[in-house]
Amino acid sequence: MRNLYFLLTKELRSYINSPVALVVITIFTIITGYYFYNIFANFSTLSFQAQSNPMAAKQYGALNVTEFVVRPFFSIVGLVMLIMLPMLTMRSFAEEKKSGTMELLLTYPLTDAEAIIGKFLGCMGIFVVMLTLTFPCLALVGYFGQPEWGVIGAGYVGLLLMGSAFISLGIFMSSLTENQIIAAALSFASLIILYMSGLSAAFAGENVGKVLEYISIINHLETFAKGVIDTSDVNYYILFTALFLFLSMRSLESKRWRG
Amino acid sequence: MIEVERLTKTYGDARGIDDITFSVGKGEILGFLGPNGAGKTTTMRILTCFMSASSGSAKVAGYDIFEDSLKVRSKIGYLPETVPLYTDMQVPVYLKFVAGLKDVPWKKINHKVAEVMEQVGLTHMAHKFIGELSKGYRQRVGLAQALVNDPEVLILDEPTIGLDPKQIVEIRSLIKGLGGGRTIMLSSHILPEVSMLCERVIIIDEGKIKAMDTPDNLMSRLHAAGRVQARIDGPKEKVLKALREIGGAKKVDVVSDSGATSMYVVEFADGKAGAHLIPRAVTSGGWDLHELTPMRLSLEDIFIRIVTEEEIKQ
Repeated sequence: MRNLYFLLTKELRSYINSPVALVVITIFTIITGYYFYNIFANFSTLSFQAQSNPMAAKQYGALNVTEFVVRPFFSIVGLVMLIMLPMLTMRSFAEEKKSGTMELLLTYPLTDAEAIIGKFLGCMGIFVVMLTLTFPCLALVGYFGQPEWGVIGAGYVGLLLMGSAFISLGIFMSSLTENQIIAAALSFASLIILYMSGLSAAFAGENVGKVLEYISIINHLETFAKGVIDTSDVNYYILFTALFLFLSMRSLESKRWRG
Repeated sequence: MIEVERLTKTYGDARGIDDITFSVGKGEILGFLGPNGAGKTTTMRILTCFMSASSGSAKVAGYDIFEDSLKVRSKIGYLPETVPLYTDMQVPVYLKFVAGLKDVPWKKINHKVAEVMEQVGLTHMAHKFIGELSKGYRQRVGLAQALVNDPEVLILDEPTIGLDPKQIVEIRSLIKGLGGGRTIMLSSHILPEVSMLCERVIIIDEGKIKAMDTPDNLMSRLHAAGRVQARIDGPKEKVLKALREIGGAKKVDVVSDSGATSMYVVEFADGKAGAHLIPRAVTSGGWDLHELTPMRLSLEDIFIRIVTEEEIKQ
Protein backbone atom coordinates (compact mmCIF):
# COMPACT_ATOMS: atom_id res chain seq x y z
CA MET A 1 0.00 0.00 0.00
CA ARG A 2 2.79 2.32 0.97
CA ASN A 3 4.62 1.75 -2.29
CA LEU A 4 1.39 2.27 -4.21
CA TYR A 5 0.91 5.65 -2.55
CA PHE A 6 4.38 6.80 -3.59
CA LEU A 7 4.04 5.40 -7.11
CA LEU A 8 0.62 6.96 -7.57
CA THR A 9 1.67 10.43 -6.41
CA LYS A 10 4.71 10.22 -8.69
CA GLU A 11 2.60 9.17 -11.66
CA LEU A 12 0.05 11.93 -11.13
CA ARG A 13 2.79 14.47 -10.62
CA SER A 14 4.53 13.52 -13.84
CA TYR A 15 1.22 13.64 -15.72
CA ILE A 16 0.59 17.11 -14.35
CA ASN A 17 4.13 18.30 -15.10
CA SER A 18 4.10 17.00 -18.65
CA PRO A 19 1.84 18.66 -21.21
CA VAL A 20 0.53 15.26 -22.38
CA ALA A 21 -2.21 14.93 -19.80
CA LEU A 22 -3.26 18.55 -20.26
CA VAL A 23 -3.52 18.16 -24.04
CA VAL A 24 -5.40 14.86 -23.79
CA ILE A 25 -7.85 16.20 -21.21
CA THR A 26 -8.46 19.39 -23.18
CA ILE A 27 -9.04 17.64 -26.51
CA PHE A 28 -11.30 15.07 -24.87
CA THR A 29 -13.41 17.77 -23.25
CA ILE A 30 -13.63 19.85 -26.43
CA ILE A 31 -14.70 16.92 -28.64
CA THR A 32 -17.28 15.54 -26.22
CA GLY A 33 -18.55 19.03 -25.43
CA TYR A 34 -18.89 19.88 -29.10
CA TYR A 35 -20.85 16.70 -29.78
CA PHE A 36 -23.04 17.39 -26.77
CA TYR A 37 -23.79 20.89 -28.06
CA ASN A 38 -24.92 19.45 -31.36
CA ILE A 39 -27.22 16.74 -30.02
CA PHE A 40 -28.64 18.98 -27.32
CA ALA A 41 -29.32 21.82 -29.77
CA ASN A 42 -30.85 19.35 -32.17
CA PHE A 43 -33.06 17.97 -29.43
CA SER A 44 -34.31 21.43 -28.49
CA THR A 45 -35.10 22.23 -32.14
CA LEU A 46 -37.05 19.00 -32.39
CA SER A 47 -38.91 19.86 -29.21
CA PHE A 48 -39.88 23.28 -30.56
CA GLN A 49 -41.07 21.73 -33.80
CA ALA A 50 -43.05 19.12 -31.96
CA GLN A 51 -44.64 21.82 -29.84
CA SER A 52 -45.74 23.92 -32.77
CA ASN A 53 -46.64 21.07 -35.11
CA PRO A 54 -48.32 18.09 -33.44
CA MET A 55 -48.31 16.19 -36.73
CA ALA A 56 -44.54 16.30 -36.87
CA ALA A 57 -44.33 15.24 -33.27
CA LYS A 58 -45.87 11.89 -34.15
CA GLN A 59 -43.09 11.34 -36.60
CA TYR A 60 -40.43 11.57 -33.87
CA GLY A 61 -42.31 9.39 -31.42
CA ALA A 62 -41.92 10.21 -27.74
CA LEU A 63 -39.31 12.93 -27.31
CA ASN A 64 -37.30 11.68 -24.39
CA VAL A 65 -34.20 13.57 -23.33
CA THR A 66 -32.53 10.41 -22.01
CA GLU A 67 -33.06 8.60 -25.31
CA PHE A 68 -32.13 11.51 -27.52
CA VAL A 69 -29.27 13.12 -25.63
CA VAL A 70 -27.87 11.09 -22.74
CA ARG A 71 -27.54 7.75 -24.47
CA PRO A 72 -25.83 8.97 -27.67
CA PHE A 73 -23.62 11.17 -25.53
CA PHE A 74 -22.33 8.15 -23.62
CA SER A 75 -21.54 6.22 -26.80
CA ILE A 76 -19.62 9.16 -28.19
CA VAL A 77 -17.69 9.60 -24.95
CA GLY A 78 -16.81 5.88 -25.25
CA LEU A 79 -15.60 6.39 -28.80
CA VAL A 80 -13.49 9.43 -27.93
CA MET A 81 -12.00 7.46 -25.04
CA LEU A 82 -10.91 4.84 -27.54
CA ILE A 83 -8.93 7.53 -29.33
CA MET A 84 -7.60 9.48 -26.34
CA LEU A 85 -6.77 6.85 -23.73
CA PRO A 86 -3.99 5.12 -25.72
CA MET A 87 -2.28 8.53 -25.87
CA LEU A 88 -2.36 8.60 -22.11
CA THR A 89 -1.13 5.05 -21.58
CA MET A 90 1.49 4.89 -24.32
CA ARG A 91 4.13 6.56 -22.21
CA SER A 92 3.63 4.53 -19.03
CA PHE A 93 6.35 1.90 -19.44
CA ALA A 94 7.73 2.83 -22.86
CA GLU A 95 9.05 6.14 -21.58
CA GLU A 96 10.64 4.59 -18.50
CA LYS A 97 12.33 2.01 -20.67
CA LYS A 98 13.58 4.52 -23.18
CA SER A 99 14.99 6.91 -20.60
CA GLY A 100 16.39 4.04 -18.54
CA THR A 101 14.55 5.01 -15.35
CA MET A 102 13.01 1.56 -15.45
CA GLU A 103 16.39 0.14 -14.42
CA LEU A 104 16.33 2.14 -11.21
CA LEU A 105 12.63 1.64 -10.57
CA LEU A 106 12.94 -2.15 -10.77
CA THR A 107 15.88 -2.20 -8.38
CA TYR A 108 13.83 -0.50 -5.67
CA PRO A 109 12.10 -2.83 -3.23
CA LEU A 110 8.73 -3.02 -4.91
CA THR A 111 6.99 -5.91 -6.61
CA ASP A 112 6.23 -5.92 -10.34
CA ALA A 113 2.54 -5.98 -9.48
CA GLU A 114 2.93 -2.77 -7.48
CA ALA A 115 4.78 -1.10 -10.33
CA ILE A 116 1.98 -1.99 -12.74
CA ILE A 117 -0.90 -1.13 -10.44
CA GLY A 118 0.82 2.20 -9.70
CA LYS A 119 0.86 2.99 -13.41
CA PHE A 120 -2.72 1.79 -13.80
CA LEU A 121 -4.02 3.92 -10.95
CA GLY A 122 -2.11 6.94 -12.24
CA CYS A 123 -3.84 6.67 -15.61
CA MET A 124 -7.17 6.01 -13.94
CA GLY A 125 -6.71 9.20 -11.94
CA ILE A 126 -6.32 11.29 -15.08
CA PHE A 127 -9.19 9.41 -16.71
CA VAL A 128 -11.50 10.17 -13.77
CA VAL A 129 -10.65 13.86 -14.24
CA MET A 130 -11.59 13.52 -17.92
CA LEU A 131 -14.92 11.88 -17.06
CA THR A 132 -15.68 14.45 -14.39
CA LEU A 133 -15.24 17.20 -16.96
CA THR A 134 -18.03 15.67 -19.08
CA PHE A 135 -20.48 15.94 -16.21
CA PRO A 136 -21.32 19.66 -16.70
CA CYS A 137 -22.91 18.66 -20.01
CA LEU A 138 -25.28 16.28 -18.25
CA ALA A 139 -25.84 18.78 -15.46
CA LEU A 140 -27.05 21.16 -18.17
CA VAL A 141 -29.50 18.50 -19.33
CA GLY A 142 -30.67 18.19 -15.77
CA TYR A 143 -31.11 21.97 -15.51
CA PHE A 144 -33.29 22.24 -18.62
CA GLY A 145 -35.04 18.89 -18.59
CA GLN A 146 -35.66 15.78 -16.56
CA PRO A 147 -33.19 13.10 -17.57
CA GLU A 148 -33.22 9.76 -15.78
CA TRP A 149 -30.41 10.07 -13.26
CA GLY A 150 -30.27 6.32 -12.83
CA VAL A 151 -29.34 5.95 -16.48
CA ILE A 152 -26.67 8.63 -16.11
CA GLY A 153 -25.24 6.89 -13.05
CA ALA A 154 -25.18 3.51 -14.82
CA GLY A 155 -23.62 5.13 -17.87
CA TYR A 156 -20.77 6.53 -15.81
CA VAL A 157 -20.19 3.17 -14.14
CA GLY A 158 -20.00 1.66 -17.61
CA LEU A 159 -17.59 4.31 -18.89
CA LEU A 160 -15.38 3.90 -15.85
CA LEU A 161 -15.23 0.12 -16.34
CA MET A 162 -14.61 0.46 -20.06
CA GLY A 163 -11.91 3.03 -19.42
CA SER A 164 -10.13 0.69 -17.02
CA ALA A 165 -10.20 -1.99 -19.74
CA PHE A 166 -8.73 0.45 -22.30
CA ILE A 167 -6.07 1.59 -19.84
CA SER A 168 -4.97 -1.91 -18.85
CA LEU A 169 -4.63 -2.86 -22.51
CA GLY A 170 -2.68 0.33 -23.21
CA ILE A 171 -0.33 -0.33 -20.30
CA PHE A 172 0.30 -3.85 -21.54
CA MET A 173 1.15 -2.58 -25.03
CA SER A 174 3.43 0.02 -23.49
CA SER A 175 5.22 -2.69 -21.51
CA LEU A 176 6.08 -4.50 -24.74
CA THR A 177 8.10 -1.76 -26.38
CA GLU A 178 10.25 1.23 -25.60
CA ASN A 179 8.76 3.22 -28.44
CA GLN A 180 5.73 5.26 -27.43
CA ILE A 181 4.39 5.51 -30.99
CA ILE A 182 4.44 1.73 -31.35
CA ALA A 183 2.72 1.36 -27.99
CA ALA A 184 -0.02 3.76 -29.07
CA ALA A 185 -0.39 2.13 -32.50
CA LEU A 186 -0.71 -1.34 -30.96
CA SER A 187 -3.32 -0.09 -28.51
CA PHE A 188 -5.34 1.65 -31.23
CA ALA A 189 -5.20 -1.37 -33.48
CA SER A 190 -6.29 -3.86 -30.84
CA LEU A 191 -9.01 -1.59 -29.43
CA ILE A 192 -10.43 -0.89 -32.89
CA ILE A 193 -10.42 -4.58 -33.79
CA LEU A 194 -12.14 -5.39 -30.51
CA TYR A 195 -14.58 -2.58 -31.26
CA MET A 196 -15.37 -3.93 -34.72
CA SER A 197 -15.53 -7.60 -33.83
CA GLY A 198 -19.26 -7.12 -33.14
CA LEU A 199 -19.76 -6.24 -36.82
CA SER A 200 -18.60 -9.61 -38.09
CA ALA A 201 -20.86 -11.33 -35.58
CA ALA A 202 -23.81 -10.91 -37.96
CA PHE A 203 -22.45 -13.18 -40.68
CA ALA A 204 -20.22 -15.49 -38.63
CA GLY A 205 -21.74 -18.80 -37.53
CA GLU A 206 -24.16 -18.80 -34.64
CA ASN A 207 -21.73 -19.80 -31.90
CA VAL A 208 -18.78 -17.88 -33.23
CA GLY A 209 -21.08 -14.91 -33.68
CA LYS A 210 -22.04 -15.01 -30.01
CA VAL A 211 -18.41 -15.09 -28.99
CA LEU A 212 -17.54 -12.21 -31.31
CA GLU A 213 -20.41 -10.20 -29.97
CA TYR A 214 -19.38 -10.84 -26.40
CA ILE A 215 -15.78 -9.90 -27.13
CA SER A 216 -16.72 -6.60 -28.75
CA ILE A 217 -15.55 -4.04 -26.27
CA ILE A 218 -18.16 -1.35 -26.91
CA ASN A 219 -21.27 -3.57 -27.04
CA HIS A 220 -21.16 -3.92 -23.30
CA LEU A 221 -21.37 -0.18 -22.84
CA GLU A 222 -24.77 -0.08 -24.53
CA THR A 223 -26.46 -1.96 -21.71
CA PHE A 224 -25.03 0.53 -19.21
CA ALA A 225 -26.23 3.42 -21.36
CA LYS A 226 -29.73 1.92 -21.16
CA GLY A 227 -29.50 2.12 -17.40
CA VAL A 228 -28.92 -1.59 -16.87
CA ILE A 229 -25.97 -2.79 -14.81
CA ASP A 230 -25.66 -6.37 -15.94
CA THR A 231 -23.13 -8.53 -14.08
CA SER A 232 -22.15 -10.15 -17.36
CA ASP A 233 -21.00 -6.78 -18.67
CA VAL A 234 -19.36 -5.80 -15.39
CA ASN A 235 -17.51 -9.12 -15.39
CA TYR A 236 -16.42 -8.59 -18.97
CA TYR A 237 -14.67 -5.32 -18.16
CA ILE A 238 -13.24 -6.50 -14.86
CA LEU A 239 -11.85 -9.68 -16.40
CA PHE A 240 -10.52 -7.74 -19.36
CA THR A 241 -8.69 -5.34 -17.04
CA ALA A 242 -7.35 -8.14 -14.84
CA LEU A 243 -6.16 -10.12 -17.86
CA PHE A 244 -4.13 -7.27 -19.31
CA LEU A 245 -2.69 -6.22 -15.96
CA PHE A 246 -1.62 -9.83 -15.50
CA LEU A 247 -0.10 -9.93 -18.99
CA SER A 248 1.81 -6.73 -18.22
CA MET A 249 3.25 -8.43 -15.17
CA ARG A 250 4.39 -11.35 -17.31
CA SER A 251 5.87 -8.91 -19.77
CA LEU A 252 7.95 -7.21 -17.05
CA GLU A 253 9.03 -10.57 -15.73
CA SER A 254 10.13 -11.83 -19.12
CA LYS A 255 12.19 -8.66 -19.50
CA ARG A 256 14.07 -9.62 -16.36
CA TRP A 257 14.89 -13.01 -17.77
CA ARG A 258 15.75 -11.95 -21.26
CA GLY A 259 17.83 -9.07 -19.94
CA MET B 1 28.44 -8.92 2.07
CA ILE B 2 28.42 -9.95 -1.57
CA GLU B 3 28.93 -13.60 -2.40
CA VAL B 4 28.77 -14.59 -6.02
CA GLU B 5 28.96 -18.18 -7.05
CA ARG B 6 29.27 -19.50 -10.58
CA LEU B 7 27.10 -16.75 -11.99
CA THR B 8 26.32 -17.03 -15.69
CA LYS B 9 24.10 -14.92 -17.89
CA THR B 10 23.37 -15.70 -21.50
CA TYR B 11 21.59 -13.43 -23.97
CA GLY B 12 20.26 -15.81 -26.55
CA ASP B 13 23.43 -17.46 -27.78
CA ALA B 14 25.75 -14.72 -26.58
CA ARG B 15 27.33 -14.96 -23.14
CA GLY B 16 27.10 -11.89 -20.97
CA ILE B 17 29.08 -13.32 -18.09
CA ASP B 18 30.46 -16.78 -17.76
CA ASP B 19 30.87 -18.67 -14.51
CA ILE B 20 31.90 -15.79 -12.25
CA THR B 21 32.76 -16.43 -8.62
CA PHE B 22 33.95 -13.83 -6.12
CA SER B 23 33.08 -12.35 -2.77
CA VAL B 24 33.30 -8.96 -1.16
CA GLY B 25 33.73 -8.58 2.58
CA LYS B 26 31.93 -6.10 4.82
CA GLY B 27 33.31 -2.58 4.49
CA GLU B 28 35.45 -3.45 1.54
CA ILE B 29 35.68 -1.32 -1.58
CA LEU B 30 35.92 -3.50 -4.65
CA GLY B 31 36.83 -2.26 -8.09
CA PHE B 32 35.40 -3.97 -11.11
CA LEU B 33 37.65 -3.28 -14.03
CA GLY B 34 37.13 -4.16 -17.64
CA PRO B 35 36.69 -2.83 -21.15
CA ASN B 36 33.26 -2.04 -22.53
CA GLY B 37 31.18 -5.13 -23.04
CA ALA B 38 33.22 -7.18 -20.58
CA GLY B 39 30.22 -7.97 -18.40
CA LYS B 40 30.56 -5.38 -15.65
CA THR B 41 27.11 -3.91 -16.10
CA THR B 42 25.55 -7.34 -16.52
CA THR B 43 27.04 -8.50 -13.20
CA MET B 44 25.84 -5.37 -11.45
CA ARG B 45 22.37 -5.62 -12.94
CA ILE B 46 22.10 -9.17 -11.69
CA LEU B 47 23.30 -8.26 -8.21
CA THR B 48 20.79 -5.42 -8.01
CA CYS B 49 17.99 -7.81 -9.06
CA PHE B 50 17.24 -5.88 -12.24
CA MET B 51 17.94 -9.02 -14.26
CA SER B 52 17.91 -12.67 -13.43
CA ALA B 53 20.96 -14.83 -13.92
CA SER B 54 20.81 -17.82 -16.23
CA SER B 55 22.55 -19.99 -13.69
CA GLY B 56 24.56 -19.73 -10.50
CA SER B 57 23.64 -17.94 -7.29
CA ALA B 58 24.52 -14.80 -5.41
CA LYS B 59 23.89 -13.39 -1.98
CA VAL B 60 23.87 -9.69 -1.21
CA ALA B 61 23.73 -8.45 2.39
CA GLY B 62 22.96 -12.00 3.47
CA TYR B 63 19.94 -12.51 1.24
CA ASP B 64 19.68 -14.55 -1.92
CA ILE B 65 19.11 -12.28 -4.92
CA PHE B 66 16.58 -14.67 -6.38
CA GLU B 67 14.69 -15.89 -3.31
CA ASP B 68 14.66 -12.67 -1.29
CA SER B 69 14.91 -10.12 -4.04
CA LEU B 70 12.82 -7.50 -2.21
CA LYS B 71 15.00 -7.70 0.90
CA VAL B 72 18.16 -7.41 -1.18
CA ARG B 73 16.75 -4.41 -2.97
CA SER B 74 15.95 -2.61 0.26
CA LYS B 75 19.55 -3.07 1.46
CA ILE B 76 21.34 -1.78 -1.61
CA GLY B 77 21.95 1.50 -3.33
CA TYR B 78 22.52 1.37 -7.07
CA LEU B 79 23.82 3.98 -9.47
CA PRO B 80 23.42 2.80 -13.08
CA GLU B 81 25.89 3.90 -15.69
CA THR B 82 23.64 6.36 -17.51
CA VAL B 83 22.13 7.78 -14.27
CA PRO B 84 18.54 7.61 -15.43
CA LEU B 85 16.44 10.15 -13.55
CA TYR B 86 12.97 11.62 -13.89
CA THR B 87 13.84 14.95 -15.47
CA ASP B 88 10.42 16.41 -14.78
CA MET B 89 10.75 16.19 -11.00
CA GLN B 90 12.40 18.55 -8.56
CA VAL B 91 15.39 17.18 -6.67
CA PRO B 92 13.84 16.82 -3.19
CA VAL B 93 10.54 15.58 -4.61
CA TYR B 94 12.39 12.87 -6.50
CA LEU B 95 14.45 11.88 -3.48
CA LYS B 96 11.35 11.70 -1.30
CA PHE B 97 9.76 9.39 -3.86
CA VAL B 98 12.82 7.13 -3.80
CA ALA B 99 13.01 7.21 0.00
CA GLY B 100 9.36 6.21 0.14
CA LEU B 101 9.87 3.25 -2.15
CA LYS B 102 13.03 2.23 -0.36
CA ASP B 103 11.20 1.70 2.93
CA VAL B 104 12.55 4.73 4.80
CA PRO B 105 10.10 5.22 7.70
CA TRP B 106 7.48 7.94 7.02
CA LYS B 107 8.65 10.24 9.76
CA LYS B 108 12.27 10.10 8.69
CA ILE B 109 11.80 10.75 4.99
CA ASN B 110 12.16 14.55 5.10
CA HIS B 111 15.10 14.37 7.45
CA LYS B 112 16.85 11.68 5.45
CA VAL B 113 16.40 13.51 2.15
CA ALA B 114 17.85 16.71 3.63
CA GLU B 115 20.74 14.67 5.02
CA VAL B 116 21.75 13.02 1.73
CA MET B 117 21.37 16.27 -0.16
CA GLU B 118 23.78 17.85 2.29
CA GLN B 119 26.10 14.85 2.02
CA VAL B 120 26.42 15.00 -1.76
CA GLY B 121 26.35 18.79 -1.93
CA LEU B 122 22.95 19.34 -3.52
CA THR B 123 21.31 21.55 -0.92
CA HIS B 124 21.56 24.71 -3.05
CA MET B 125 19.92 22.92 -5.98
CA ALA B 126 16.78 22.04 -4.04
CA HIS B 127 14.43 24.20 -6.12
CA LYS B 128 15.66 22.94 -9.49
CA PHE B 129 14.13 20.36 -11.75
CA ILE B 130 16.45 17.43 -12.44
CA GLY B 131 16.24 18.19 -16.17
CA GLU B 132 17.89 21.56 -15.55
CA LEU B 133 20.92 20.15 -13.77
CA SER B 134 24.35 19.64 -15.31
CA LYS B 135 25.82 16.16 -15.74
CA GLY B 136 27.89 16.51 -12.58
CA TYR B 137 24.91 17.45 -10.47
CA ARG B 138 22.81 14.68 -11.98
CA GLN B 139 25.53 12.28 -10.93
CA ARG B 140 25.14 13.67 -7.41
CA VAL B 141 21.39 13.16 -7.55
CA GLY B 142 22.10 9.61 -8.67
CA LEU B 143 24.38 9.09 -5.71
CA ALA B 144 21.84 10.68 -3.38
CA GLN B 145 19.08 8.31 -4.52
CA ALA B 146 21.44 5.38 -3.97
CA LEU B 147 22.28 6.60 -0.45
CA VAL B 148 18.87 7.63 0.76
CA ASN B 149 18.05 4.31 2.41
CA ASP B 150 21.44 4.07 4.17
CA PRO B 151 22.37 1.00 2.17
CA GLU B 152 24.74 -1.63 3.45
CA VAL B 153 25.91 -2.29 -0.07
CA LEU B 154 26.52 0.34 -2.70
CA ILE B 155 26.82 -0.68 -6.33
CA LEU B 156 28.11 2.06 -8.61
CA ASP B 157 28.39 1.49 -12.34
CA GLU B 158 31.04 3.78 -13.84
CA PRO B 159 30.37 6.62 -11.42
CA THR B 160 32.73 9.11 -13.08
CA ILE B 161 32.09 8.44 -16.74
CA GLY B 162 31.32 11.49 -18.85
CA LEU B 163 32.30 14.04 -16.21
CA ASP B 164 34.83 16.81 -16.56
CA PRO B 165 38.11 16.48 -14.63
CA LYS B 166 37.00 18.73 -11.78
CA GLN B 167 33.76 16.84 -11.33
CA ILE B 168 35.63 13.55 -11.49
CA VAL B 169 37.80 14.63 -8.56
CA GLU B 170 34.74 15.77 -6.61
CA ILE B 171 32.78 12.58 -7.21
CA ARG B 172 35.80 10.43 -6.35
CA SER B 173 36.33 12.17 -3.04
CA LEU B 174 32.63 11.82 -2.37
CA ILE B 175 32.80 8.09 -2.98
CA LYS B 176 35.89 7.84 -0.85
CA GLY B 177 34.01 9.48 1.99
CA LEU B 178 31.16 7.00 1.67
CA GLY B 179 33.20 4.04 2.88
CA GLY B 180 33.36 3.33 6.57
CA GLY B 181 31.42 0.15 7.18
CA ARG B 182 29.68 0.32 3.85
CA THR B 183 30.51 -2.26 1.20
CA ILE B 184 31.09 -0.62 -2.15
CA MET B 185 31.41 -2.24 -5.52
CA LEU B 186 32.28 0.09 -8.35
CA SER B 187 33.07 -0.50 -11.96
CA SER B 188 35.37 1.52 -14.11
CA HIS B 189 37.69 1.28 -17.00
CA ILE B 190 40.15 3.79 -15.62
CA LEU B 191 42.97 2.08 -13.75
CA PRO B 192 44.25 5.03 -11.65
CA GLU B 193 40.73 5.68 -10.47
CA VAL B 194 40.31 2.15 -9.27
CA SER B 195 43.71 2.05 -7.64
CA MET B 196 42.89 5.27 -5.82
CA LEU B 197 39.53 4.16 -4.46
CA CYS B 198 39.59 0.41 -4.12
CA GLU B 199 41.16 -2.07 -1.80
CA ARG B 200 40.76 -4.91 -4.23
CA VAL B 201 40.32 -5.15 -7.96
CA ILE B 202 38.70 -7.71 -10.18
CA ILE B 203 39.62 -7.61 -13.82
CA ILE B 204 36.99 -9.01 -16.09
CA ASP B 205 37.03 -9.53 -19.81
CA GLU B 206 34.66 -11.30 -22.15
CA GLY B 207 32.53 -12.32 -19.22
CA LYS B 208 35.33 -14.08 -17.35
CA ILE B 209 37.39 -13.03 -14.35
CA LYS B 210 40.96 -12.58 -15.51
CA ALA B 211 42.64 -11.39 -12.33
CA MET B 212 41.72 -10.56 -8.76
CA ASP B 213 44.17 -8.75 -6.47
CA THR B 214 44.94 -5.53 -4.61
CA PRO B 215 45.70 -2.61 -6.92
CA ASP B 216 49.28 -2.40 -5.58
CA ASN B 217 50.02 -6.02 -6.31
CA LEU B 218 48.49 -5.73 -9.71
CA MET B 219 50.50 -2.64 -10.50
CA SER B 220 53.75 -4.04 -9.23
CA ARG B 221 53.28 -7.22 -11.17
CA LEU B 222 52.78 -5.11 -14.21
CA HIS B 223 55.53 -2.63 -13.43
CA ALA B 224 57.99 -5.43 -13.63
CA ALA B 225 57.45 -5.19 -17.29
CA GLY B 226 58.13 -1.47 -17.21
CA ARG B 227 58.40 0.94 -20.01
CA VAL B 228 60.39 4.13 -19.93
CA GLN B 229 60.07 7.14 -22.15
CA ALA B 230 63.18 9.22 -22.87
CA ARG B 231 63.75 12.38 -24.87
CA ILE B 232 67.29 12.40 -26.15
CA ASP B 233 69.21 14.89 -28.25
CA GLY B 234 71.51 12.91 -30.56
CA PRO B 235 71.88 11.05 -33.85
CA LYS B 236 68.96 8.65 -34.04
CA GLU B 237 70.67 5.54 -35.30
CA LYS B 238 73.47 5.71 -32.73
CA VAL B 239 71.10 6.43 -29.85
CA LEU B 240 68.88 3.51 -30.84
CA LYS B 241 71.89 1.24 -30.95
CA ALA B 242 73.13 2.41 -27.54
CA LEU B 243 69.72 1.94 -25.95
CA ARG B 244 69.36 -1.54 -27.37
CA GLU B 245 72.61 -2.51 -25.76
CA ILE B 246 71.35 -1.71 -22.24
CA GLY B 247 70.93 -4.89 -20.24
CA GLY B 248 67.32 -6.07 -20.09
CA ALA B 249 66.06 -3.76 -22.82
CA LYS B 250 63.67 -5.76 -24.90
CA LYS B 251 62.28 -3.32 -27.35
CA VAL B 252 63.28 0.22 -28.32
CA ASP B 253 61.17 2.46 -30.52
CA VAL B 254 61.20 6.05 -31.68
CA VAL B 255 57.80 7.48 -31.07
CA SER B 256 58.23 11.07 -32.17
CA ASP B 257 60.71 13.37 -33.80
CA SER B 258 60.77 17.06 -33.04
CA GLY B 259 63.78 18.70 -34.62
CA ALA B 260 66.90 17.87 -32.73
CA THR B 261 65.43 15.76 -29.98
CA SER B 262 63.57 12.49 -30.42
CA MET B 263 61.32 10.56 -28.08
CA TYR B 264 62.26 6.95 -27.47
CA VAL B 265 60.36 4.26 -25.67
CA VAL B 266 62.40 1.54 -24.03
CA GLU B 267 60.63 -1.57 -22.87
CA PHE B 268 62.37 -3.80 -20.35
CA ALA B 269 61.95 -7.52 -20.06
CA ASP B 270 60.15 -9.15 -17.18
CA GLY B 271 61.66 -8.39 -13.79
CA LYS B 272 64.44 -6.19 -15.11
CA ALA B 273 63.91 -2.54 -14.30
CA GLY B 274 66.70 -0.77 -16.13
CA ALA B 275 65.65 2.84 -16.29
CA HIS B 276 68.68 3.90 -14.22
CA LEU B 277 70.99 2.62 -16.96
CA ILE B 278 69.64 5.01 -19.57
CA PRO B 279 71.33 8.27 -18.38
CA ARG B 280 74.69 6.52 -18.32
CA ALA B 281 74.22 5.18 -21.83
CA VAL B 282 73.22 8.61 -23.06
CA THR B 283 76.03 10.59 -21.44
CA SER B 284 78.69 8.09 -22.42
CA GLY B 285 77.56 8.61 -26.02
CA GLY B 286 78.05 12.35 -25.53
CA TRP B 287 74.36 13.21 -26.09
CA ASP B 288 71.92 15.12 -23.90
CA LEU B 289 69.07 13.62 -21.93
CA HIS B 290 66.09 16.02 -21.82
CA GLU B 291 63.44 13.91 -20.23
CA LEU B 292 63.09 10.50 -18.61
CA THR B 293 59.64 9.28 -17.60
CA PRO B 294 58.49 5.89 -16.48
CA MET B 295 55.37 5.10 -18.48
CA ARG B 296 52.21 4.21 -16.68
CA LEU B 297 50.70 1.15 -18.21
CA SER B 298 47.32 1.86 -19.68
CA LEU B 299 44.47 -0.44 -18.97
CA GLU B 300 44.63 -1.61 -22.55
CA ASP B 301 48.21 -2.77 -22.02
CA ILE B 302 47.27 -4.57 -18.85
CA PHE B 303 44.47 -6.25 -20.67
CA ILE B 304 46.56 -7.37 -23.52
CA ARG B 305 49.00 -8.79 -21.04
CA ILE B 306 46.45 -10.43 -18.82
CA VAL B 307 44.37 -11.76 -21.63
CA THR B 308 47.32 -13.19 -23.52
CA GLU B 309 49.04 -14.14 -20.24
CA GLU B 310 52.31 -13.03 -21.68
CA GLU B 311 53.83 -11.49 -18.60
CA ILE B 312 51.64 -12.50 -15.72
CA LYS B 313 51.28 -15.98 -14.38
CA GLN B 314 48.36 -16.26 -12.01
